[in-house]
Amino acid sequence: MYVNRRAPHGTIYGHEGLEVVLVGAAFDQEVSMAFVGDGVFQLKQAQDTSGIGTKNFAGAYRALADYDVTRLYVETESLEERGLTVGDLMPLTYEDEEDNDQEKSSITLIDRASLGQLFEAQDVILNF
Amino acid sequence: MKFALMINQGPYTHQASDTAYHFACAVLKAGHEVFRIFFYHDGVNNATRMTTPPQDDRHVIDRWSELASQHKLDLVVCVAAAQRRGILDEDEARRHGKDGDNLAPGFRISGLGQLIEAGIEADRFLVFGN
Repeated sequence: MYVNRRAPHGTIYGHEGLEVVLVGAAFDQEVSMAFVGDGVFQLKQAQDTSGIGTKNFAGAYRALADYDVTRLYVETESLEERGLTVGDLMPLTYEDEEDNDQEKSSITLIDRASLGQLFEAQDVILNF
Repeated sequence: MKFALMINQGPYTHQASDTAYHFACAVLKAGHEVFRIFFYHDGVNNATRMTTPPQDDRHVIDRWSELASQHKLDLVVCVAAAQRRGILDEDEARRHGKDGDNLAPGFRISGLGQLIEAGIEADRFLVFGN
């Protein structure tokens, strides 16, 4: 599981973290991502970095479904603490091959306690 | 037991590389295996042989090179992270038309797949530095 804990553009961690996720997708592993704390800003809609002159990598999140990374857990409390709702996030979806290619949301809201249990179940966790 | 380490901070500013070094020494001393040490983010700055600390301070980079040569360690630097931060081996320097390379002995430049493989292969995967 890849855990995003920081806002997207102030440090390079989100950007270089996403590169790990995309490369890692080539390995036949069970992969998920979690977004906690300021990490929820990674998925914010309509990011625009033109004012700061850094590369806007947020669009690459839309490629995750093509790499079969379709389980993105967003911590509910982190969203609420920042005045955000799921509607403020990019509408990331995938086609569920096991369910007639139905389009489904890749984003799952999860409360803090349940996310803790999910961490417990992981073999390897990488924080970015 | 098989260990893999990831180092995400550069030398001297943060303790992460020192801690990882001492941890690696302890692991080897206890008879365990270090499968790979992967340098990412600013951690790639641990791999430049141009580092020249004052003589009364530890030499973080030489220390890694020596440990690698003593124990045949696999020290891998992420190519993309390294290029962003000016860490180049001979091939990369030539490819990008640079006037010099700076990769320290015992390190090699490779891709992120090496990080993923380390996570899969190792019994314990530890990350140093945030």
